[in-house]
Amino acid sequence: MQRRDFLKLLAAGSALGLFPELAKAGEAQGRVVIVGGGYAGATTAKYLRLWGGSALEIILVEKNTTFVSCPMSNLVLGGSKRIGELTFNYSGLDAYGIKRLHEMVTGIDPERRKIMVESGDELTYDRLVLAPGVDFLWDKLPMLALPEAQERIPHAWKAGPQTVNLRKQLEAMPDGGVFAISIPLAPYRCPPGPYERASQVAYYLKQHKPKSKVLVLDANPEIVSKKGLFTKAWADLYPGMIEYRPNSAVTEVDVQRRIAKTEFEAVKADVLNVIPPQSAGGIAKSIGAANVNERWCEVDFLTYESKRVPNVHILGDSVSAALPKSAHIATSQAKVCASAIAALLSGQATDPQPVFANTCYSYVTDKLAMHVANVYRYDAVKQVMLPAEGGGVSDKPSEMEGNYAQWWAKNIWSDVLS
Amino acid sequence: MKNIFLGVAALFGVANFAVAADGNVSSHIRILAASCAACHGHDGNSVGGTPVLAGLDPNYFIAQMQAFRDGSRGATVMQHHAKGLTPEETDLLAKYFAAQPRKTPATPMPLGDLM
Ligand code: HEC
Repeated sequence: MQRRDFLKLLAAGSALGLFPELAKAGEAQGRVVIVGGGYAGATTAKYLRLWGGSALEIILVEKNTTFVSCPMSNLVLGGSKRIGELTFNYSGLDAYGIKRLHEMVTGIDPERRKIMVESGDELTYDRLVLAPGVDFLWDKLPMLALPEAQERIPHAWKAGPQTVNLRKQLEAMPDGGVFAISIPLAPYRCPPGPYERASQVAYYLKQHKPKSKVLVLDANPEIVSKKGLFTKAWADLYPGMIEYRPNSAVTEVDVQRRIAKTEFEAVKADVLNVIPPQSAGGIAKSIGAANVNERWCEVDFLTYESKRVPNVHILGDSVSAALPKSAHIATSQAKVCASAIAALLSGQATDPQPVFANTCYSYVTDKLAMHVANVYRYDAVKQVMLPAEGGGVSDKPSEMEGNYAQWWAKNIWSDVLS
Repeated sequence: MKNIFLGVAALFGVANFAVAADGNVSSHIRILAASCAACHGHDGNSVGGTPVLAGLDPNYFIAQMQAFRDGSRGATVMQHHAKGLTPEETDLLAKYFAAQPRKTPATPMPLGDLM
């Protein structure tokens, strides 16, 4: 069937009342379009069906046909995982009657409640969910804006070919070489991720290129997440190998010579990994939803509806919050949002005080991992999500947690994609 | 063929998903319980490695959560979750998971294993 015919069919379906016919009293009705098929978007699609019932029309728009997990992707750099082990397709969502459109979204018209896609078609919506992840602020590092520059100086902060590229560069690096990683000022995607990456690179180098160095250029005044744990793990496991420099924002890069410049120094690396400063996904910015420092999106934490653009909900890393930008948080936000949209479209009340759990595991070798875990609770006075009492981090990295972290990944993939 | 919708077969074959199958479960507990899925699987049916919560005896569940809170049961991570919940939430979660049927969860196949 041609796409155009299919779109006609969609229209006819609605006009003929195909979906309402299935609806029972009190069931949600209407069309929800979800843009972005990462942890947040895929979870929203599935849970809208589970909690919104059969009558809801759910369309997931995602340009890629595969899902590549960012969590666990640092292990590809360490060498204990292959990218194929973290790559999935979306077919598990078909059983939920979710329609998928693998196309790029080119525009949104919030007034008329419709989105435009690359092929020129338009889709109307009752509710729109944007889960676009992060965009990189290349205007802060314009010399890295071109794809060729990013080939040479990979960010590897969206898992996939960039991850494999960085791994290949590490494999080609001579013993005695320097791997330098640049970390942007928080907030950015996955707070402990850069430090886990430094550990994974050190794990690989220690085995294969033990004379090499890992240089961490951190724009932040100190390690952003699990500071005590990383500091100790580096001293215990990789003595003399990892050098940490706080307050070291990279402001300029010599792409050809792989030199990173900070306010204080110019660092020459054999492999240079610049994680750029980040913002909400461009599609959220394009409709004016990124109202916090023109970077992040303010939302109502009961529904995740944008504070700026009605009928548009925003999820995951794009949201401005005291919540860490983690995969687990993305799925938890998605569940609050799916429950709220199901309620809104069926005239019911939403949960007035959502509570959910978050855990981020980080690996410091192929087997040793540690966590930070918190329950987050809606604060009705401040109208934000705040950490509850009792959260915290591991006492020390352990093999037991390394094992649990593998099962965390398998469980969350199962929950999100099947 | 790139430009057609995938999942089209599902359009007419949508299995009937009953809304809020259990009318007694508040959206609050439904959302909270679903956030345990990252480690314990959808509706407490773990794919492996972590305990299955589906069908767990509610008294046992409550006792374990209490033991995580007061430290009498050693744990890697559960103390941090158990301490963040109210006694009421713990009771309702115990009921929620006790009511979930045990089943083998579906798991997505990594493409690397297919290639
Ligand atoms: C980060 C992963 C993670 C999350 C999230 C998590 N758990 Fe756990 N859970 C575990 C692990 C691991 C154990 C085993 C004890 C330990 O090492 O902490 C466990 C054990 C338990 C047990 C004991 C089961 C038994 O058979 O003895 C209960 C009950 C439980 N969890 C409930 C919950 C509830 C309720 C939530 C959500 C609020 C939750 N867990 C969220 C990882 C998790």
